[in-house]
Amino acid sequence: MSDPTEITEPVVNAAVDAALAAIAAATDSTALKVVRSEHAGEGSPLATLNALMRSVPKDQKAVAGKLIGQARGRVAQALSAREDEIATSEARAQLAAETVDVTAAASTWRAGARHPIALLQERIADVFVGMGWEIAEGPELESEWFNFDALNFDEDHPARAMQDTFFIEPTSAHLVLRTHTSPVQLRSLLNNELPVYRIAPGRVYRTDELDATHTPVFHQTEGIAVDKGLTMAHLRGTLDHFVKAMFGDEAKVRLRPNYFPFTEPSAELDLWHPTFKGGARWIEWGGCGMVNANVLRSAGIDPDVYSGFAFGVGIDRAVMFRNDVKDMHDMVEGDVRFSQQFGMAV
Amino acid sequence: MRIPLSWLAEYVDLEPGSTPEDVHAALVSVGFEEEDIHRFELTGPIVVGQVLSAEPEPQSNGKTINWCQVRVAPEGTETAADGGPAVHGIVCGAHNFGAGDKVVVTLPGAVLPGPFPIAARKTYGHVSDGMIASARELGLGDEHDGILRLADLGLDPEIGTDAIRLLGLDDAAVEINVTPDRGYAFSIRGVAREYAHATGAAFRDPALALPETAPGAGFPVVIDDRAPVRDRAGVNVFVTRVVRGVDPGRPTPAWMIARLKLAGIRSISLIVDITNYVMLELGQPIHAYDLDTLSGGLTVRRAEPGEKLTTLDDQVRTLSPEDLLITDESGPIGLAGVMGGATTEIGAETRNVLVEAANFDPVSIARTARRHKLPSEASKRFERGVDPAVAMVAAARVVQLLVELAGGEADDLGSLHDTTTDASPIELPAGFISGLIGYDYSTDEVRSALAEIGASIEKTSEGLSVTPPSWRPDLTDKWTLAEEVARLIGYERIPSVLPVAPPGRGLTRTQALRRTVANTLAAAGHTEVLAYPFVSAHANELFGAVTGGKAVAQIRVANPLDGEAPFLRRSILPGLLQVAHRNRSRGLTDLAIFELGVVFRPEPGVSYGSPIVPPGAVRPSEQVLAKLNAGIPPQPLFLGVVLTGNMVRHQPGQAAVAAGWRDALSAVAQVALAAGVEIHVRQGAHQAMHPGRTAELTVTTDAGEQVVGYAGELLPAVAREFELPGVVGVVEIDLSGVLARAGATLTAKPIGTMPAATQDLSLVVDASVPAAAVRQAVIDGAGKLLESADLVDDYRGHGVPDGRKSLTFALRFRAADRTLTAAEASEAKLAGVAVAAARFDATLRE
Repeated sequence: MSDPTEITEPVVNAAVDAALAAIAAATDSTALKVVRSEHAGEGSPLATLNALMRSVPKDQKAVAGKLIGQARGRVAQALSAREDEIATSEARAQLAAETVDVTAAASTWRAGARHPIALLQERIADVFVGMGWEIAEGPELESEWFNFDALNFDEDHPARAMQDTFFIEPTSAHLVLRTHTSPVQLRSLLNNELPVYRIAPGRVYRTDELDATHTPVFHQTEGIAVDKGLTMAHLRGTLDHFVKAMFGDEAKVRLRPNYFPFTEPSAELDLWHPTFKGGARWIEWGGCGMVNANVLRSAGIDPDVYSGFAFGVGIDRAVMFRNDVKDMHDMVEGDVRFSQQFGMAV
Repeated sequence: MRIPLSWLAEYVDLEPGSTPEDVHAALVSVGFEEEDIHRFELTGPIVVGQVLSAEPEPQSNGKTINWCQVRVAPEGTETAADGGPAVHGIVCGAHNFGAGDKVVVTLPGAVLPGPFPIAARKTYGHVSDGMIASARELGLGDEHDGILRLADLGLDPEIGTDAIRLLGLDDAAVEINVTPDRGYAFSIRGVAREYAHATGAAFRDPALALPETAPGAGFPVVIDDRAPVRDRAGVNVFVTRVVRGVDPGRPTPAWMIARLKLAGIRSISLIVDITNYVMLELGQPIHAYDLDTLSGGLTVRRAEPGEKLTTLDDQVRTLSPEDLLITDESGPIGLAGVMGGATTEIGAETRNVLVEAANFDPVSIARTARRHKLPSEASKRFERGVDPAVAMVAAARVVQLLVELAGGEADDLGSLHDTTTDASPIELPAGFISGLIGYDYSTDEVRSALAEIGASIEKTSEGLSVTPPSWRPDLTDKWTLAEEVARLIGYERIPSVLPVAPPGRGLTRTQALRRTVANTLAAAGHTEVLAYPFVSAHANELFGAVTGGKAVAQIRVANPLDGEAPFLRRSILPGLLQVAHRNRSRGLTDLAIFELGVVFRPEPGVSYGSPIVPPGAVRPSEQVLAKLNAGIPPQPLFLGVVLTGNMVRHQPGQAAVAAGWRDALSAVAQVALAAGVEIHVRQGAHQAMHPGRTAELTVTTDAGEQVVGYAGELLPAVAREFELPGVVGVVEIDLSGVLARAGATLTAKPIGTMPAATQDLSLVVDASVPAAAVRQAVIDGAGKLLESADLVDDYRGHGVPDGRKSLTFALRFRAADRTLTAAEASEAKLAGVAVAAARFDATLRE
C-alpha cells in the first residue's frame, strides 16, 4: 500500500485494522515493541495520516480529526491491553522457569545437638524450680570431709569402702573425686539460712570400669529439704510430684527399705511407668530418706528442731530406661550420631 | 548372702509352696536387695545304685575301662526309675570302686549341670545305659579323682533311692544383698528373723535351741591389747573350747556339703566344714586350731613392728602395729578375725581341736582386712558387727557338731573372756516416730514392731525406753528405731504430702546463661559431647599452659582406671580431640563438637587438701571450714569447641566449605552473644596452636583486659598427634571468667530514624597492622555521626605497594536530628582517615 494522500474513512480503517491485527499477532514484549513502532510510532500509517491534517480544509477538519483521533485511541488501547497480557504471561513464565527441587536444597546451616544427659538434668531442674526450689553447685574435686565424714560415713565403716572412690595424690591430703553430689547438699546447709529446698545436679565419679551399664563418670541430681516439721510423707509427696511432672501422670513411686549413711530412715526409690520400653515394671532409680541427724549436726543444725529429707537419682540411668539406650558406651563415647538423635529436646 | 531354703526352713516356717522367688520377694519387702537364685541345675532320674560287678577291659588307646553291672532298683523289682531294667550295664572310666559299692547313677533322661543330658550310648564296644557320677558332675564339689562312693559320705541307702533328695540336691538358695548396717543378716539366723518380720511366720532362734553348756575353763588365754585402734578394745569376747579324739576319717555329711555349696562355700574337711557351717548359721566366725600344734596358751595382742606371719593362703605378711594377732609361745598364729596362720591349721591328721569364737572390734578388723587386702567371710562379718552374745552359743554348736558328726569328745578345757556391757537404752519420746514419718502409728504398733526385732521396751513418762538386742549395733538412736518401725509396718503406709517450699528465685543468672550458651552453640550446628576428664601429663602440659617449658601444676589420681591418663584435665581440648578422632575413625569426618565442663587448675607451688579431716556430726569452726575450702583446687567451667572436615558440605550448587579458624571465631561470637558479654579478639599465641592463626580472647575488667581463652587452628603437628588430618579449628574459653562479666544492665541507645548516608573507605596500611585496629581508629576519628563500619575487603597486589594492604570499609553515617549531607559524611570520614593515618601511617587509596 502506497502512502495515503487523503484522510478517508476506508483508509483510516484499513490502517487501524492492520495495526490491530499486528498487535494481536505479537506474542512477546519485543515483538509488541516493533508493532508499536510500526503502527503507532513516527512514520506509521496513522502518524502519516495525522500529518495530513494540516492540509485538510478547515470545514472538514473536525470530521477528519475525530476520525484520526478515534483510530489512534483504539490502537493505543489495544497496545496497552496486549502489553498487560504479555507482561502477565511473561511473569508467569519467568516464575515457572525459576522452579526448584525443594528437596534438594543446599544448606549452609547444619544441625547441632545437646547431649541428652545435659538436657534431662535441665528438665529436672525446671520441675524443681517450678516448685520453688533452687539449684546448688559445688566442686567435683572435694575434701573427704564433705564427701564422707560430714555425711556420716565413718572412716572405717564398710559403706565408705563400698563407694569405690577415686583418691587424689597424695592421699594424705584427703581429696577425692566426689562419689555423689551429696557434698553439695551439705554445702547448702552450711552456707544458707534455713529452710533450705535445693537440688544439686552434677557429675560424679566411681572407680567402675566402663561397660554396658557402668561408667566411672556419671551424673546425679540430688535434692535436699530441711525445714521444721518435714516428714517422710513430704519426701514421698515431693517424689510423686516430681515423677509425674517428668514422666506423666501414670508414673508412680515406691519406697523400699534400704541403707545409706546420710539418711535414716532410708529407702530405695523405685519408679513405675507403664509405657517405658521393655514393658511396665518397677525400675530402681535412686535412693532417698530422712536426712541423718549426724548430717544435720555436721552443718550445725539441731536435729531435734529441724528435720529434712533427701533423695538422689541417676541421670545417665534415666536416659537409658526412658529413651531405651541399651549401652552406656553410646552415652560416653561422644559419637555425634548419639546426641544428634535428640537434637535440642529430650 | 546366700540362703539355702531347707536351712532357712529350720528356723522359720516358710509359707506353704514357697518358691525361691516368693522368698526373695518377702526379703525385699524388709529391705534386702535380691541378687540371684542358686540351684543344682540337674534333673532325674538320678538314683542310688549298687555295683554288682566291674570288669576291667584294657583298650587300644592305653586306657582301661570298667564294664559294670549296676543294680538301680531294689531287689525284687524289675523296672528302674527310667523304665529300664533293674540292672543296667554301664561303662565307667574311674577305678576307685568295686563290686558291692553303692554309687550315684544318672539314668538315661537325667540332665546334669552343664547342661549335660544323659542317654544310653555306644562306647568301647558296649551300650552304656547311664553314668556313674562323680561329686563334680553332680555339682557338689571339685573332686574329680573318681566317682562318688556313698560310703565315703557315711551313707548306706536303699538301692533305687532318689539320690537328688538324698544328697540335698533338690534344695535352692536365694542370694540377697545385705546392706552394710545389718551384719546380723550375714547368717541364716538373722535372715530367718527378717523373713518372720516380712511374713509374720514364727521365728525359732537357733541360738536358743542349744542346751546350756558350761563355757569350759583352764585353757590359758591372755588378752593384752596395748594399742587399741581409735580407743576401741580389739576384742571383748573370746571363747575357747576343746574337742578331743576327732576321727579324721569321718566324711562331711551330704546335706552339709550341699548347703555349704549352695551358700557358696566349698567343702574342705569335716572340721573346717563345721566351722563354716556354724558361721553361716549363727553369723559367728569360728577359728579351729590343731590343738597339738599349739605351743602353750593363746595371747591376743597387737603386732610388733616388722613382725611376720604366714597366713593360710601361704602368703608371708608383714604386720602392722595396728594388726590384732592371735599368738602362742611360738609367735603369731593368726590375724585375728581375718585369717588364720599356716602352722596351726587343721589338717588331715588333726585329732584334737581348739575352737575359738571371739568378738573383735569392727574398726580393727576392717583396717587389717584392708591393709592386707584380705577380705574374708570372717572379716566381712566382723566389720559389720557380730552379735557379741552369740560367741558362746556358736562355740557350743561347733562342739556339738564335732561330737555328733566327727566322733570327738567334748573336753572341759576352755576359756571365756567377756568384757561386754549391757547396751544402753534409747529414749523414744511418744509421737516421735509418727512425727518423723508423717504417719500416725499407734503405741501398740510401735511397741510390737520393736519387740519383734528383739528390743526390750520399758514405758517411761516421756514415752518408751528401748534397749536394742545384742545383734543390732546399728540401732543407736531414736531415728534408727523409727526406721525399724516404718520398715516393719511397711513403707507403703507412708502417705504422700507435697511440702510447700518458700518462694525461690529460679535459676541464677550464671545457670541461665550457661544453658543459653550451650543452646546457642547447638543451634548454630555444634554437637554437645561429654568426655571423661582423665588425661595424660603430656596433654596437660600441651593444652593446660599457653607456653611450654615449665611443668604445669596438675592433679594426679592415686588409683586411676587408665594408667596412661592418671591426671585431671586442665583443658577441655585433649578429651574433645580424642572424641573427634573416635568419630573420624567411624567415618564421621565433618565435625563440630563442644563440651562444657569443669577443668582442674591448681596453682603452681600450692599444696592442696588438708592433712586433718575433722570429725563428722559436729560443725567445724569457721576457720576449719575456711581451711578445708581453701584446700580445694580451682575448678572453673570451661568451654571447648573442635571443628574438623567441612563446615558446609558439597551439595548441588554449593561448594564445600572447610572448617578453620574463621569458624572457631564464629563460635566465639556465638558464645559472646549468648552470654551477653563482649569478647575481644586479638592476634595471639598458644603452644598447641598455629602460630599465625591463633586469636587471644579477652574480656574487659576493672583491671584491664583479661585473657579468657584462645580460638584458631591447631598446630598441624598436634593435629597429627591426635590423628586428625587436615585443618582443625579449636576454641577454648574460660566460661566462668566470661560469665563473671555478665549481668551488667544495658543502657539502650535511641534508634535514629533520619536517613543514613553511606560511603566506602579504602585505606592502605602495612600488612602487619590488624584490621580491627584500623577500624577502631576510623571509628575513633569519625565521631558520633558514624553508625557502623564493616570491613568489606582486604586487597593486596597490583596498585598496592609490597608489604602493604588495602582495607575497604563500608561506612554508614546518620545524624539523630537531620538528614546528613554528603559533605558532612565526607568530613566525618576524613576525620577517621586522619586518626588512622596518625596511628598506622594509613593513606587513602585513590
